Amino acid sequence: MNSISEACTDLKREYDACFNLWFSDHFLKGNYDDSMCATLLKTYQQCVKKAMKEQNIDIYEVQRNLLNTEQEKTTFKMIQL
Amino acid sequence: MVKFFEQTTVFNYTWDQVAQGFWHRYPNPNSKHVLTEDTVERKLTPSGQLISKRLLSKTNSIPKWAERFVHAALVNIVEESIVDPKTKTLTTYTRNLGYTKVMSVTEKVIYKESAEHPGKTLAIRTAWIDSQVKGFSRAICAFGYERFKKNCNKMVGGFDYVLANMFSNNPPVVNNVNVTTKLKDAAKNASELAKTKVPIYANLH
Repeated sequence: MNSISEACTDLKREYDACFNLWFSDHFLKGNYDDSMCATLLKTYQQCVKKAMKEQNIDIYEVQRNLLNTEQEKTTFKMIQL
Repeated sequence: MVKFFEQTTVFNYTWDQVAQGFWHRYPNPNSKHVLTEDTVERKLTPSGQLISKRLLSKTNSIPKWAERFVHAALVNIVEESIVDPKTKTLTTYTRNLGYTKVMSVTEKVIYKESAEHPGKTLAIRTAWIDSQVKGFSRAICAFGYERFKKNCNKMVGGFDYVLANMFSNNPPVVNNVNVTTKLKDAAKNASELAKTKVPIYANLH
């Protein structure tokens, strides 16, 4: 897959490859040290943040969380009974 | 006017396989409308849960009559997820960014080990479709619901395709035996809930 910005696509692919290896070979096997891809993630995310600003994506809206929040509990209250 | 959607799917793969496949869902033959995918946040909690947030952009196909409300050819989607390897649960939460007053679709999927079918994984999908456009919310919700329902089958098929490619020792078939779809009117639900205080879904099983 491509990144939202062409400038970040190579960084994304490099990070994704590292992450997928870490997820299968470390995380799912109970090793919770996530330093393996940390540098790649940092560089990639800086690129994406810049691209989001350039494309006028509402960063505040993206940062808002729903999982395990009061809002989620209200929204899904009736279907989680 | 709010519409609910619920669907349960059984994937013919272990939870570990489904959790790995989740990050490879795109591209697949059913996902040509998904254009970009980015990880915008990722962290591990002290208890060993992996929390991620991804930003996806998709083409936005809308009917002619809806063009007066939405002019964008692209729509951004935020996908939150929590992977808990200890309880073998993957929970995802997906919502559209922008145009939420016109139509907001919020989807939650829980992937967990099937108690009934060891070695298989349940995906319990619930969605909430809402619109705040006066006079049009009913039509918009009905459209959103139908589109979501249609896309669900494509999403399941696409994910199954990816899993079959990754773990080809398993037959590339989704066990659809337990697929159920339910739709209800939220207002009706709320009033019934208030009256009866009985789990509504329990009555339907």
